Amino acid sequence: MEGEALRLDGNAIAGTLGEMFVQEMTEARIACKGCGNVEPVGAEHAYVQAPGIVLRCSHCDEALLVMTRTAGRHRIWFPRSHWLEMGEPTDS
Amino acid sequence: MGYISRGFRGKRASEREDGRLPPGQYLEDRFPVLSAGPTPHTPPDEWSFAIEDETTKLRTWSWEQFRALPSEDIRADIHCVTKWTKLDTSWEGVSIDTLLDGVEHNATHVLAFSDGDYTTNLPLEDVLDGQAWVAFAYDGQPLEAEHGGPARLLVPHLYFWKSAKWVRGLRLMDHDEPGFWESYGYHIYGDPWREQRYAGD
Amino acid sequence: MARAAVRGRLNWTLGEVVELTDETPRVRTIFLEVPEWPGHRAGQHVDVRLTAEDGYQAQRSYSIASAPEDGRLAITVERLPDGEVSEYLVGELRRGDMLELRGPIGGYFVWEAGSDGPLLLVAGGSGIVPLMSMLRHRRASDGTVGARLLYSSRSWDEVIYRDELERLAAGSNGPEVIHTLTRSQPPGWKGYARRVDGAMLAEAAWATASMPMTFVCGPTSFVESVAGGLVLLGYPSNTVKTERFGPTGG
Repeated sequence: MEGEALRLDGNAIAGTLGEMFVQEMTEARIACKGCGNVEPVGAEHAYVQAPGIVLRCSHCDEALLVMTRTAGRHRIWFPRSHWLEMGEPTDS
Repeated sequence: MGYISRGFRGKRASEREDGRLPPGQYLEDRFPVLSAGPTPHTPPDEWSFAIEDETTKLRTWSWEQFRALPSEDIRADIHCVTKWTKLDTSWEGVSIDTLLDGVEHNATHVLAFSDGDYTTNLPLEDVLDGQAWVAFAYDGQPLEAEHGGPARLLVPHLYFWKSAKWVRGLRLMDHDEPGFWESYGYHIYGDPWREQRYAGD
Repeated sequence: MARAAVRGRLNWTLGEVVELTDETPRVRTIFLEVPEWPGHRAGQHVDVRLTAEDGYQAQRSYSIASAPEDGRLAITVERLPDGEVSEYLVGELRRGDMLELRGPIGGYFVWEAGSDGPLLLVAGGSGIVPLMSMLRHRRASDGTVGARLLYSSRSWDEVIYRDELERLAAGSNGPEVIHTLTRSQPPGWKGYARRVDGAMLAEAAWATASMPMTFVCGPTSFVESVAGGLVLLGYPSNTVKTERFGPTGG
C-alpha cells in the first residue's frame, strides 16, 4: 500500500467535526494561510490515521486544522488556516 | 462507552503478554501505518542526514556515506500512543552514538526533523547509550516509504511518535522545544510505562 | 451558496438490522430500522461504531446506499482483507442485531434532484455506494436531468448493484451506465477493459459546455487520478466533487 492511499478528504472527518460544530462542516470554506487558496473542507486532504487528525491544504499541504482528543475533551487547532466560513443557519 | 456489539472482538492478537504490554496498550500483529501528512519520496541521491546546532550544520552524510557507517541489528517492542503495541520488531540501523561520536556540543536536548513538517523532541540522554538509531531496514528489507523509509528515527523506549519517520537530521538544542505532536498537546517526554500520552499525564 | 442546515448535535443512536442482502461475494447491504431517523440526502454517510466487551472500539464511515425516498436506511459494505469492522459487518452481523451509528453526515458530497446540469458519476469499486443513492434518488424524484455513470470494477462478478443498474439504464430517462472491467472480462465482452484513463474520460464524460456536476468516489488513487483527468479535460475543479475511501485491495 502506498502511503498516499492513506490520504482521505474532509468528508472523512465530518463526523468528528460534527462533535464540535453544530453546523455541517464539509461545505464550510477554509482559507489557507500558506497559499491563499480557499476550498470546501470536504475537498481538502485529511489524515486520520495518526495521534490526531490533520486537515491539509489540497494545494500546498500546509496543516489547516489539527484535532486532538484527550480525556473526553476535543481540541481543534488552526495552525495554517486563515479563516473558516459557513452559511447562515436555516431553520430546518 | 458505546453499545457492546454482539460478537465483535476486533483483530487484536489473542495471546496476553503480561509484563510486556505497557498500561492501556493492546497487542497488534500487523504494523499499522499512521501519518500526519503526505508520504515523502526522497530518492537516495537527494537524501542527506545532518547533525546541526541552532546555527550550523556540524556534520552531514549522503546516503552512501550513511550506509557505510557501522550498523547494528535491533530487536524491540514498539508502543504507539494510539494504543497498539507490536512485540519483537526487527530493524537495522546506525546508532545515534555513532552519529554523535566526536561532535562537540553543550546540548541537553535534540529536535529530530523530517521531510515534510514533522518534528519531535527528545532529551539528549534518551538518544545516547544504545537507546536510539537511525533505522534503514525493517524485518530484513529496506524500510518502505509508508513506514518512514529511506530512514527513520527509532527510539523504542518512548511512544512511537518520537521515532520520527523520514528523518533528515537532529538539531542539538540547549533547551527542550516541543515538536509536532508535542505542540498539539501530546506529552513532552512520552514514556509508555508511565502512560505519558498527553501533556499533564 | 446554500444556507447551512443546523441539525443539532450529532449523537450516536442504535439501529436494528432488519435485512441483509449479499450484493457480491464480498459485498453486503445492511438494511436498518433507526428510530426517529431524520432522513438524509443522497451522498451522505453514517459513522458506525463497534465496541467489544473489554471496551475496545473501532469506528468506520459507510455511505448510505438508499435513496432519501426509500422506506428503510441501507448501507453497503465491502469486506476488506484484514478489515476488522467490515469483516464483522459482512461476516458476523445478523438480523435482529443492533448497530451503533450516527448520521446522516455530509453536505459537500451531496446531490439533490432539481440541481442544474447533467450528472456525471465516476465510481471505483465500492465507491459506487453513495453514487447509487444519487441514482436511486434521481429515479424516485422522476429526474429528467441527464446522468451518466462510469463504473470501474475488477470483474463482472464484482459489479455491485449490477442488475439494478441494468434496470435503471433501461428505464425511461434512465442513466447511461458505462462499465469498465479492469482485471477480467466475461466472454464476448465489448466494453472497456482497463483502468479509467484520460482517453476513456474524454469518451465517456459530458462535454464541458453542458456544465455537468461530477461526483467521483472510490479508493484514493482512483479518485485523484480521475479528478485530475477531468480537470485536464477542462472541467472546472469546483464542479468535480470527490470522496476518497482510502486504500482498498488493488
